[in-house]
Amino acid sequence: MRFLLVEDNRELAASVAARLALDGHGVDQAHTLAQAADCLACAGYDLILLDITLPDGDGRDFLARHRRAEHQTPVIVMTARSAVSDRVDALDTGADDYITKPFDFAELEARCRAVLRRRGGAAQTLRRYADVVFDPLAATLSVGDDLRDLRSREMRLFELFVSAPGRILSKEHLCDRLFSFSEPVSDNAIEVYVGRLRKKLAGSRARIETVRGLGYRLTEA
Amino acid sequence: MTARRAPSLRRRLVVQLLALAAVLAVLLFAAVRFSAERASEATLDAILGAATIAMAEEIRSAEGGAVIDLSPGTFSMLAAMGDERIFYRVNLGAATLTGYDDLPLPEAVPAALAPMFYSTPYRDTQVRIAAVSRSLRIDNRPATLLVLVGQTRAGQSAIAQGLANRAAAVGLVVFLLAVPLSLLAADNLLRPIARLAAAVGRRGPHDLRPVRAATPAELVPLVVALNSFIARLRGTLAQTETFIAEAAHHIRTPLAVMRTEAEMALHHSGDEATRARLRRLIRAVDDSARSAGQLLDHATVLYRADQQTPAEVELGALALALIERFRPTAEMKDMRLTLVPAAVALWVHGDAVLIEAALRNLIDNAIKYSPAETEVTLTLAAQAGQAVIRCRDHGRGVAGARLEALTSRFQRGPNVGDVAGSGLGLTIVSEAMAAMGGDFALDAAEGEGTCATLSLPLRAA
Amino acid sequence: MRHAVAALARRLSAAAVVLGLALPTIAPAFEIEAEQRFGPAGAGARIEVLSTTDIAIFAPVIEGFLRRNPALGVHYVVASSQEIYQAIATEGAAFDLVISSAMDLQMKLANDGLARALPPDQIAGAGAGASLPDWAHWRDLVFAVAQEPVVLLLSPQALAGGLAAPRSRRDLIALLRDHPERFRGRIGSYDPVISGAGYLFAVQDARMSDSFWRLAEVMGRLDLKLYCCSGDMIADIRAGRLLLAYNVLGSYALAGRDAGAEGAPAVIELEDFTLTLLRTALVPQSAPDPTAGVQLLGFLLSPEGQRLIGEAAGLPPIDAEAFAAHPHLRPIRLDPGLLAHLDRMTRARFLGEWQAAMDQP
Repeated sequence: MRFLLVEDNRELAASVAARLALDGHGVDQAHTLAQAADCLACAGYDLILLDITLPDGDGRDFLARHRRAEHQTPVIVMTARSAVSDRVDALDTGADDYITKPFDFAELEARCRAVLRRRGGAAQTLRRYADVVFDPLAATLSVGDDLRDLRSREMRLFELFVSAPGRILSKEHLCDRLFSFSEPVSDNAIEVYVGRLRKKLAGSRARIETVRGLGYRLTEA
Repeated sequence: MTARRAPSLRRRLVVQLLALAAVLAVLLFAAVRFSAERASEATLDAILGAATIAMAEEIRSAEGGAVIDLSPGTFSMLAAMGDERIFYRVNLGAATLTGYDDLPLPEAVPAALAPMFYSTPYRDTQVRIAAVSRSLRIDNRPATLLVLVGQTRAGQSAIAQGLANRAAAVGLVVFLLAVPLSLLAADNLLRPIARLAAAVGRRGPHDLRPVRAATPAELVPLVVALNSFIARLRGTLAQTETFIAEAAHHIRTPLAVMRTEAEMALHHSGDEATRARLRRLIRAVDDSARSAGQLLDHATVLYRADQQTPAEVELGALALALIERFRPTAEMKDMRLTLVPAAVALWVHGDAVLIEAALRNLIDNAIKYSPAETEVTLTLAAQAGQAVIRCRDHGRGVAGARLEALTSRFQRGPNVGDVAGSGLGLTIVSEAMAAMGGDFALDAAEGEGTCATLSLPLRAA
Repeated sequence: MRHAVAALARRLSAAAVVLGLALPTIAPAFEIEAEQRFGPAGAGARIEVLSTTDIAIFAPVIEGFLRRNPALGVHYVVASSQEIYQAIATEGAAFDLVISSAMDLQMKLANDGLARALPPDQIAGAGAGASLPDWAHWRDLVFAVAQEPVVLLLSPQALAGGLAAPRSRRDLIALLRDHPERFRGRIGSYDPVISGAGYLFAVQDARMSDSFWRLAEVMGRLDLKLYCCSGDMIADIRAGRLLLAYNVLGSYALAGRDAGAEGAPAVIELEDFTLTLLRTALVPQSAPDPTAGVQLLGFLLSPEGQRLIGEAAGLPPIDAEAFAAHPHLRPIRLDPGLLAHLDRMTRARFLGEWQAAMDQP
């Protein structure tokens, strides 16, 4: 996905951009509303991440203008303030969702997906691998004509594999990406999910291969 | 905290008015007494003087002496007012011709036919004497006649006393009238104060507008001071709200940087030991962020509890919005969130921020402490005049911990040591509900899990 | 101060008298005409009364009082009005109640501070009836117990021959002038020089109209006989020595009338005016037992006392209606106006004129 990140704290902006790039997203950074406007004029984005407090104006005003101009790009507001009114205002003035800093990127991703789903799908490409069609927004796998629903973690797991096909992904890596750092995870949790995914891939040429001692990888049979 | 009591304004005013009335009544009495005495004395002196002059004029000279023919009418008249006693003395030169020869003489000889008045004790009483002198020729020689006529003034005193008593009675009546009148005047005078107090008292708790009610001049300094006080309070409150928000921002932004960088480091790091460290680091940051968030939430609840903005809140809509908000979070754990709405709209009268804080923390708790792939159900209902929200999860339950223990600050249950948490979640819920006069209960659900119940009085239809 | 010492001395002597000790009683210097003791011999308290009224006339009233107060006694002393005045004014004689027909002398005693003040509630408490009319007392010092017209007495022979009874002083003057031989030396009146009452009647009469001096001249030419007292005049009329007595206290005359139909004089109230005298009582400052005096005075003013005074003593009681019903009755005003004629020089002047009228050839 292509993000426009509007954040005046350069450190944070750089961090977030790098982290998003890690997942394969493209990020343009704007540090002021003026820059944001310029960026919007030049290019199209799948989603705008908007900080509320910016040096040259309130993010809500930008939102209002954005909506009046009938731009369709969804906006998720990033807020560090705790006042309810700020969040409510943001939603009232046209943000699609909001997320509090510091945020869990898995949560951000989940919210982005939800927003895009609601918006009726921006140009979110379907992903293919072997004979499997993967729709991350709808969280479905299609094997031939067979449409299979994926649960949230199953989908995230598959997305990880699909983003790095053929590469060995270690269990820890998968754990880090699949589960929150704060929740207790059982030893065989990954095995369980890999097992479920394999079931969902049954009948296709895609295979999740266990590499003993190293991890798992997605291969094509 | 009661203010130190100063003497009631009303009582002071009434007492002072009554004191004034009493003083005036006494002055009235004294003035009337004095002027009545003066007036009657002047009148009686005039009559006495005239009688003495008449008597003096009727004395005729004859061979060998003077001829005196006293008129009973004069004496009757002099005695008439008040039954006075009459004394008289007629001296020719130094000798007493007739009358009471021990009646005291005047100190000086009066001018011819102009009476001189003096008061003196005589026998057993006080006597007012008029003295008139007249010259006569007796046996061809000039002679000076001194005629004294005295009368007691008991009657006059009695009359003056009577007048003064009447004046005293009038004064007393005026004074007695003054009692209800001064009470009325005091009430009237103090009414603006009562009105002002009522006007200020009628304001809602958030009304920090300056007082603009009509103020009498004497109360203007007080109202000005009150308004400046209100302005300072408004400023302070605004600062508090701003502070809470600013604090949030300044704590969370660096934490966001930390977390993101740590994640990046974790992704790029090679050895397991470092990764373990980085995971711990990220957990600590999450912990920190969460605690900060809840501390700020708690501060907000405490602040709002005192500063509630009561409004009409429809709980169904609020619950729905919150459920939708949490759905992505729950989905990350493959958890299902279900909302069972009530049959009717649940309108309550309360502070929207507090209600939202309570409900949010409740749902957050349910999601946090439930294992993946379980369900959290939010049920709304109207029961016996109360709006009831039940949040049921299939988590690890409260393990028998008491509600009071769990809702005290920073207290966590005995079975949650492996989950990061601040211990403030349930405190926030409990304090928010208490501030609105609602109720919060925590019970073990059938099977496993917890059922948390919030209830608020339904708004009267 | 001197007053107080004398008062003390009086009290001691009065005490001696009251206790009935066999001490030689201090003889008063004034002249007593008669005296009588009423009541039980060893009476607890004896009220000293000094009066101008004859004992015979007043006795029933005293007895009536003592019937009500059996434990008390009364020492009743009779003297002439002048003597009574002297007794109280100069000697401070010890009497509890002084009753006199000489209003002017009583007034002077009161004016000069020799009468004791008696607040109305004391009098009323002692039994006096409805409050006295204003003209019947002076302040709280002098109280009237009877009101008596001053009348003309005619013996039956005075009008012998069908003469009309005189109805006014003009008629009287005409009667006397027209029949000098009948009336010469057989008319009488008070001697104003001697009799206090007589002087009072004369000056009041003279104030009322000019007819007095004309009458005086006429009577002087007819050798008016002068008397000290009404009793003597009435006796002389009965005896036939007098045909006419002018300015007599009617009460005495009326009392005398009861004694028998024939020889009783006609009592005529002259219609131009008839002076009405108030017989007054006071309690002197020198009273040894003023409470007793008040008690007796209260009785005299009470309905029962007034009834006794009227019926038993024959003295008309205090009655305001009488003046309304009989306009010819002119009350002598009880006020200090009476003092004017007591003035030495005024009196001398009046008596001088009177003497001149009497000394007619």
